[in-house]
This record gives sequence, structure tokens and C-alpha cells, in this order.
Amino acid sequence: MSIMGTRVLRTEDPRLLTHGGVYTDDLRVPELTGAAHVTIVRSPLAHGLITGIDASAAAAMPGVVAVLTAADLPAPAEGGDPAAEPLLAGDRVRYVGEPVALVLTEGRYQGEDAAELVSVDYDPLPAVPTLGEAMTGETLLFPGTDSNVLGSGTAGECDDAAFAACEVVIERTIVNQRLAPVPLEVRALAAAWTGDRLTIWSSTQNPQLARGAVARRLGMDQAAVRVITPDVGGGFGAKVAVDRDAIAVAWAAKHTGHAVRWIESRSENMVGMVHGRGQRQTYKVGGTRDGRVLAYRLDLVQDCGAFDRIGVFLAGLTALMAAGVYDFAHAGASFRAVATTTTPIAAYRGAGRPEAAAAIERAMDDFAAEIGMDPAEVRRINVVAPDKFPFTTRTGATYDSGEYAAGLDRVLAAADYPALRAEQARRRERGDVVQLGIGMSVYVEITAGDMGGETARVVVGDTGAATVFTGSSAHGQGHHTAWAMLVQDELGIPMDQITVVHGDTDIIPEAIGTFGSRSLQLGGTAVVRAAGEVKDQARRLAAEMIEASEADLELDTARGTWQVRGDPATALGWGQIARRAGPGGLAADARFDASAPTFPFGAHLSVVEVDTETGKATLARHVTVDDAGRILNPVLAEGQRHGGIAQGVAQALLEEVRYDADGNPLTSTLVDYAAITAPELPSFELVTSETPTSINPLGAKGIGEAGTIGSTPAVLNAVIDAVSHLGVRHIDMPATPERVWAAINEARASQ
Amino acid sequence: MKVAIGVNGRQVEAEVEDRLLLVHFVREVAGLTATNIGCDTTSCGACTVLLDGESVKSCTVLAAQADGCEVTTCEGLTGSDGRWHAVQRGFHAEHGVQCGFCTPGMIMAAVSLLAENPDPTEAQVRAGLEGNICRCTGYHNIVRAVLAAARDGRLPGGGSPAGAADPAEEPA
Repeated sequence: MSIMGTRVLRTEDPRLLTHGGVYTDDLRVPELTGAAHVTIVRSPLAHGLITGIDASAAAAMPGVVAVLTAADLPAPAEGGDPAAEPLLAGDRVRYVGEPVALVLTEGRYQGEDAAELVSVDYDPLPAVPTLGEAMTGETLLFPGTDSNVLGSGTAGECDDAAFAACEVVIERTIVNQRLAPVPLEVRALAAAWTGDRLTIWSSTQNPQLARGAVARRLGMDQAAVRVITPDVGGGFGAKVAVDRDAIAVAWAAKHTGHAVRWIESRSENMVGMVHGRGQRQTYKVGGTRDGRVLAYRLDLVQDCGAFDRIGVFLAGLTALMAAGVYDFAHAGASFRAVATTTTPIAAYRGAGRPEAAAAIERAMDDFAAEIGMDPAEVRRINVVAPDKFPFTTRTGATYDSGEYAAGLDRVLAAADYPALRAEQARRRERGDVVQLGIGMSVYVEITAGDMGGETARVVVGDTGAATVFTGSSAHGQGHHTAWAMLVQDELGIPMDQITVVHGDTDIIPEAIGTFGSRSLQLGGTAVVRAAGEVKDQARRLAAEMIEASEADLELDTARGTWQVRGDPATALGWGQIARRAGPGGLAADARFDASAPTFPFGAHLSVVEVDTETGKATLARHVTVDDAGRILNPVLAEGQRHGGIAQGVAQALLEEVRYDADGNPLTSTLVDYAAITAPELPSFELVTSETPTSINPLGAKGIGEAGTIGSTPAVLNAVIDAVSHLGVRHIDMPATPERVWAAINEARASQ
Repeated sequence: MKVAIGVNGRQVEAEVEDRLLLVHFVREVAGLTATNIGCDTTSCGACTVLLDGESVKSCTVLAAQADGCEVTTCEGLTGSDGRWHAVQRGFHAEHGVQCGFCTPGMIMAAVSLLAENPDPTEAQVRAGLEGNICRCTGYHNIVRAVLAAARDGRLPGGGSPAGAADPAEEPA
């Protein structure tokens, strides 16, 4: 019987549950014996010129190995991009937290003492912390440019004429606030220089991309850089490749010859690691009073932070996905991506798609409220019909497969939607203090959209045990379990005799790694392909050994043996065949490049209780369909959904990175940033749904980000729904008690 | 100053800086790295250990304050016979661990929670874990893991292994 689709518990767990993982700070490898601790001196100003750095007092402190600044770095090439991001700030700082100097010390605590004594003189410049200020261009972040707009573009078309036939048109500007990813392990990197080679241990989602970035920035041959990924304590997109701070640390090892280790503090992480989201969105939605939406336009401004890490790309992705699950006659999006004097923005779970879903799903509720129709009914009327796939949206995305209305209906049925509406009506009629809100979203997202492919190598050794070398990079998803399941299914070698190896560029030189919910569909398919090639090799060898025709052989996957069909007496084990294969054993490399991205979809329904006296919104229930095609291991898939849902709920209700008018961060610790906790969440109600894709042989789509994308708009819609009868039409995220309370009071005052 | 701290039943004596945090003592002096550091404001709970049987965030205790005390970390839960603690079993069976970084602290918080309340409701488990942040699981399976451990601990032959300094055994 195939192991595919069954509930297999993780093979990764035993060491994590007993001695803990080995994260970068836990490494006790000989190359890092006596490694200097690196403490980074960061800008306390949002914007300013560096007029001098005096490191003499710091350098004289006990245990200080070196104090390094931009002046020690190799000079950047002449005539480069004026908006390029340096490793360490040289003449100018553009956000609080920008790295300015590295302090290398023998002891951990000595680093903090010495870093305090690095004296940096700044001439302050006007801070530009908001999109509005940045768009005026009065203060430019990059001398030599004429605007703070780093990029712009459009997807589809939806001009004002498209709204002419509409009976109802609503236009609203909403905020998709800036978030902090907060992987529980902060950024960390260790490095050792051996005279001709730089070895790096990095908490990253992509060791191979990190190797490329380090080599490029340090002017080294890629072969002279080795990146090893120890256990990684969460990434959520924010650990894609390697950041400038970390590259600077790696350079310090090469520059000084000392092994180094950098583990940032959480307070550093909150300003130094990338943030996510950060869009101001204006939607215009129009249609007829019978529920048909005729035209939808999204105009967005993306906050890139101080540099374009991938802010322009994220804005473009939001524009591409702007039309959501709907079949509108007219849809279009435009974006401008703008630099501000804040921490740079890059990928955070969902990365471009949650922003698109939040806008369209808010707009659909807005439209439904305006025409007085049930929001579920409005969605049913407008979603793409199942017989229209593959479906190309007005904004240019081609969806592979989907059952959007069915997904919504399954969620409504699981939640007993009519009973919820009845309970809501009773509370409204009674005028209860605690009102009930019901919110929904129907979403589609794009996974494995980067089209970079993925690699795998499968080796079966003399003992019959298999080793899988994967380009996918694990940091909690359960790749080791999943890949072993794939190989057991393909070769009949039991999971406990399968070892999965990832995260060492010397062992796995070519790979992309993990982001964009790409692993199973690309990396997993590559594993199956490599195993299939090994199977072909084994079949040829077994035919020689048994002296039978290849066509007469079968692999008994229950026993892991090759035999002449129906004749167990001829059975050969994997070890026997591998020994016959000689040195190198049975081994195959494979690479899988999908022909197109995949488009997971789903529907979420949230039930929220709102205390109308305090404004506090409490999530009572959250019911979801998250259809990611064929599911390999429901245990892992559910875990991804749970985590994603929680992060999406957090955006709707709690989390927000904030700055003051001078660009000072107000949420730079976990005291100030409201990372969501257990009592703020219910258990989630997951409905199973599998609509396979034909884009890859596994039929799989990505599941890592779906929960986040679906949950945020459902929860926010529920909060607003809870108080809509009081006249509230919109509340910006996060829907904190203060905001909800204010919205209720404003609505009451205007009635 | 000189401190002597019992760590998982082993006496560790060392000359330490006055300001050395207990978490750094555990990780760097005692050499046990399961206990992680996730923040610098006593917010995340990754560094949770038991200090004389009570859960504490070891980033907010000085090694000096733990002088003469007994510390239990996640490494100390597994019995001498290799048998896992009920909470460890629960985390495996219910998929309560993803990246693993919060896990040792979360497990120790759960051990402490069950010591105080061997038969908690879901709401009590959630409230009891308020000081521990997990970014991967959405807490869903962590809560199930702790509830499973509570059930497991009540079964004959369940509960904690002999030899582990584990107060969860006593009331159960």
C-alpha cells in the first residue's frame, strides 16, 4: 500500500524534543573554536550623514579583536547604482537599525560593552518615514536620483469608463500594514576563513543563493565559498538568501582571519531583519445591485523601506494577483514602489499575495454591504466557474485549477453559516454588548512562481539504505519526513533506512532552496525523478543478475525487492543490486522545472466576538478549506495551515510595525510588537479538499503560505461585520480594541 | 563569583561574571544547548527551564541567583532508560514541533503547567502558555500535545520517567 497521503509522524522530532536542534548559536564545530563574537553598531537615526567614526575607545576595551567600518571594506565599483545597498553604511544612514560598524570580541558580553563606545557622528537629515512624505520627493533618499519612487507598473486595464455601466461604485483607501516576520530564531551567521576558502554557517532558507550573494558582494569565486545550513529556527521568507549584515560578518572573517559568530539580539532583529507587507491600497469596485461586479481596480503604493530588497517585485506580484478568484469583465491594477527611511521590506509569509487578497476580499464585502446582499452570495455570483480552467485573469495570471464556489460552500456548511447568522441576528436584536461577526474570504494564490526549478540526488548504498540530497531547504516544514515518504513509495526502501541531506553547498552545489511554497512541487518532484532514475538503473542490473528480461521484472515496493514477476524466489534486495553497481552504487541526479506556477485556493470563515464597549475583538472560530492539490502527508499540511492561519489572524487583529514622525521604530522589542500568543487564538477547524494540478506529476501545489493569505481578510471582515449594524463600514488593520472602539463611536456619532 | 548549580542532576561549579545570565550558564558553562534564546525582553519563553521545579525564563535570572539551586532543562526530561516524558511524547504524536526553536522552552512550560494543573481545559492550556511564543504551529498542535500529555500522564504506566527531576509526576 502506498504511503502517499497517509498521516506519518515526523522523523525530525526525536532530536528536537530531547537535545534540541543545532542552530547556528549551538554549533561546536572545530573551525569555530574561539570564534570572535560580532556585535553590530547600528544607526540610531532614520536619516543622516555620517561625519565621523571614532572607534579608539571601543578598540581599547578588554577582549576587542577588531572594530570594522565601511572604510575597511573594499571600495564599491565606480558608476554603480546610486540606490545600491552597501554592506555597512558609509557616508549616510537611511533607517534606524542600519548596520554601521562591526565589533569583534572574544567574549559575548564584551561585545555589547565595546559597541557602546563606538562613537559615530551624524548630521541628521529629514526623516521620510511615511509614503506620503516619500511621494512628495522633498527629501530624496538617494542623491543623484530625482524621486523616491523605485519602480512602478500596471497589470490589466480598468479605466473609469469601465465603471460607467455600474449602478454602484465604491472607492476606498485601506492600509495593509507593515509586519515583522519574527522567526523565533533571529538571524545568525558564523564564518571561518582558511586562507583560500570561506566557510559560512548561516540561518538561511537558501544556502546556494546565499553562497552566490556572498561571492558576488565580496568579489570571490563562488567555488571559494561554502555555505552550510544548520537547523534554522523559522524563516517565513525573511531568511531568503542572506542579508547585508550577515555578508558583512562573513567578510569580517576573511578580512581579519578570525573565525566569527554573529547572533543578533531580538531588538536588533526587529529593526535589522526585513519587514513584510506595507502597502497603501486604493480599491474601486463597481457593479449592479443584483450582485454582479463589473469592474475592479487596485492602485497601490508599496513601502520598500530604505532600499529595494524586493519591494518592487512584491508590488508587481500583488498587481498580478489583484483580481483574486473572480471573473470580472474589467480588472486592473497599478503600483508605485517607494523608498522610505525605514527598515527594508521583503518577503514575509505570502509576500505579495496576502496584500492582493486583503484588498479584493475587503472590496467584495464592501460591495455586498452597499447593495445589502449576503457576502457569500456576492462571491458565488462572481467567482470563476470550475469549467473555465485554465483561466487567465484580467490582470494576467493563468490559474491552473480551482473549485472556488465549492470551497466556499464547504466552509459555510462546516461552520453552519445559517445558524451563525441567526445567532448574530439574535444578538443584534437584543442589543448585546458582545456582538457576533462573521467574515469570509475566498482566495487564490500563486506558488512556485519563481520558475527556478529544483534539484535532487538519490543514492542507494551497499546496505540497501538510501540517501536523498535535496536542494529544498528545511526549517520546520518536515522535508526529511516528506522526502523519505516519496522515496519509500518509489523504491520500497523503508523510511527508517532513508537519510535526507540538505543545506551544504559543497554537497549540493546547485539548488534554489525554500520560499514561495515551492518545495514539494519542485524539490519533491525532483526527488521522485531521481528515485525513478535509480529504479531504472536497478532494473537493468537486476535483469543481468537474475538473467531475466527487464520487462519481466517487478519491484515489490512492500518488501523493497526486485524479482521476476510473481516469483519471489528470484528476489534481490536493494543492497545486493547496489553492490553489483560497484563504486558509487546506484545514484541519480534529477532536476525538475515546472512549466508554470500553481495556484492553490481556498475559503476561510471567521467568527469573531466584539465587545462593543471596549472594542476588543476575539476570534471564536476559524474554519478553512485550503486546497493545495494532492496532499502527501496530512500531518505536515495541517501544520502548515495552522501556522499560516495564526500569522494571518495576527495581521488582522494585533501585529503592526510602527514608526514615529521622526522615523524612530516604536515596536523594536517583543514587548512592543504584539506577536500573537496561544490564548488569543482558538483551535482551527480544517476542512479537507484536494483538487490536483497537472503542472507536476505529484499533483501538488504549495501549502506553506495559504493559511496566511486566506485568514487575514476573513478575520478583518468578521470584525467589521460584527459592528456593521452600528454603521461601521471599514476598520484598518490591525483591528485593535482602540480602533474598533473608535470606529463604533464615530459611526454612532454620525448617525 | 563562584556558583554551584545542579543541572539535570549534575552539579556544575564555575567561576562566572556577576552578570552572567542563567541561560548562558546553561548553554555555555554546562554545555546544554537545547535551551534557546529568542528575545531580550523576557517575552518569548524559548529559554524556559525549571528552577527548583518552578518554570522560569532563564534569560531573566542571573546564574548567581541560581547558586545552590537545581535546574531542569529539556535535556533532563528523558529518563535514564531513554523513555520520553509524556510531554515529549505528546509533542511528537500531535505534531507540536515544526522548526523546533521554541520547543524546549515550550515543553518545559508545559511540564510546569501540568504540574500545577494535571487536568487542564484547552483554555487553561492556552492561558498557561501565554508567555511562550511559537511562530510555526499557530499553537493548535501544541495545545493538543499538552492535552494529550495530560491524558497520557493519567494512564497507568504513563507520566514521567523515573530519574528525571520532574514535578509533573508528583500530583499526577
